[in-house]
Amino acid sequence: MAKRIDVSGLTAYYGSHKAIDDISMTIEPRSVTAFIGPSGCGKSTFLRTLNRMHEVTPGGRVEGKVMLDDEDLYGSNVDPVAVRRTVGMVFQRPNPFPTMSIFDNVAAGLRLNGSYKKNQLAEVVERSLKGANLWNEVKDRLNKPGSGLSGGQQQRLCIARAIAVEPDVLLMDEPCSALDPISTLAIEDLIGELKERFTIVIVTHNMQQAARVSDRTAFFNLAAVGQPGKLIEIDDTERIFANPSVQATEDYISGRFG
Amino acid sequence: MRGKTRPGDRIFLGLSRGAGISLLVIMAAIAGFLAYRAGIAISKDDANFLTESEWNPAGNPPVFGIAVLAFGTIVSSVIAMIIAVPVAIGIALFISHYAPRKLAAPLAYVVDLLAAVPSIIYGLWGALFLVPYLDGLNSWLDEYLGWTYIFEKTGEGVARNLFTVGILLAIMILPIITNVTREVFLQVPKMHEEAALALGATRWEVIRMSVLPFGRSGIISASMLGLGRALGETMAVAVVLSPSFIISGHLLDPGGGTFAQNIAAKFNEADGFGRDALIASGLVLFVITLLVNGAARAIIARRKEYSGANA
Repeated sequence: MAKRIDVSGLTAYYGSHKAIDDISMTIEPRSVTAFIGPSGCGKSTFLRTLNRMHEVTPGGRVEGKVMLDDEDLYGSNVDPVAVRRTVGMVFQRPNPFPTMSIFDNVAAGLRLNGSYKKNQLAEVVERSLKGANLWNEVKDRLNKPGSGLSGGQQQRLCIARAIAVEPDVLLMDEPCSALDPISTLAIEDLIGELKERFTIVIVTHNMQQAARVSDRTAFFNLAAVGQPGKLIEIDDTERIFANPSVQATEDYISGRFG
Repeated sequence: MRGKTRPGDRIFLGLSRGAGISLLVIMAAIAGFLAYRAGIAISKDDANFLTESEWNPAGNPPVFGIAVLAFGTIVSSVIAMIIAVPVAIGIALFISHYAPRKLAAPLAYVVDLLAAVPSIIYGLWGALFLVPYLDGLNSWLDEYLGWTYIFEKTGEGVARNLFTVGILLAIMILPIITNVTREVFLQVPKMHEEAALALGATRWEVIRMSVLPFGRSGIISASMLGLGRALGETMAVAVVLSPSFIISGHLLDPGGGTFAQNIAAKFNEADGFGRDALIASGLVLFVITLLVNGAARAIIARRKEYSGANA
């Protein structure tokens, strides 16, 4: 079930360093939202606040509100572990569990949740691998280790692993930056299919990619190194790339800085 | 443009090659010495060297065998491993993943200190402190777990038995296993741990899904290092154990012996042939240690495809 994300007044710290400052935005369900901006602008940090992964970093803490439909992810009695079960994440470098088979990798999330039947497991694994456009490539070697796959296949395996637990939201942190162009294309096609079912947020350094896959684009920037990152604007992707309302966005997109 | 090897390169090549060769020479010298002297002893042994449980090389004809020693060595080392490996993994996980940084560093230091204690000190502590305290534990084990046979106490006497030796060895091998496993746990790539976290794993589940599988071969090699030390430990065992040439499955009964303890206890009084006999038992210990290491390597190699090393 895709859900709406509503962020208001979100500030994140690493120890005493303020990494992002007072960010508010709304992310619609069944859409793809891309975060762009120069290195260090806090877009990855912001992404990691959406599934409470930010606080895993020593010193990491967050102020503000993240509403997932009508639940505050930072509410006082919310378990971060439960949050991460409903907000899935795909990382920059493919990170399948190296000691697990392809099958076990996809099943890992379900096994954590505990409630499944054995025959159901195989069904979910097949459905997830099909959902990640990987089934045909791996169906004959499900019990081989996931680390034997190519980089692009590994990343799709990670996507299958993330969608196997039917999350509400799928976060992707530069999912293609370690991949070759053909694998990148495969992931981008996949994102287009996945947005029918999930709310997708993707951080990318590749502006063509943002333009290709996203419905909305958010531009982050920082005043200077060491300053906190800020959200400059968020708008429909077409507008951001054709006619942004802030000069800095246009400068960044046209390559004049960053 | 013709290549001319520079003197520095030649010297370094010679040095490193020499170091490599000397390793092989030393190993061959030890193995050759053990095999030669053991051969002299075993050829004159009137009993089956491997299954005889008496040790009387001075007799006429000489009768001696390593059954008691092999039993005692393996049993005490297995007890040590059963106790030490889980505890060491626990300490290593605590230091690497649970303890706040302020506590982790001093704790790691204490573990290092434990490794620096000489084995004779462990022996004295074991004999004078551990043995009296374990008497009580032994009576308790005898009363409630006596039905298991191994914890049945049939003889009188204080706890100078294989069980106590096993516990002492466990303490002695704890630091090496802890340190090696801790190092491995700290090397688990962050991205593997984050993979589990992002799926909604709790801290324990992260350890189970990412840390332990990644550290598996490290745990095995650490355990084997510890086992090697337990098998060969001499002084501490010699001080604690009240030796006797009996094989008894009742671990709480005093008695038994280990290869190293037996050699240390008898070497000074033995004549030339007696020493050959002791060397023969040393050869067996040498072979057991080689087999243990070989097995560990085989286990690690078999799991290589799945190990974290190729990720």
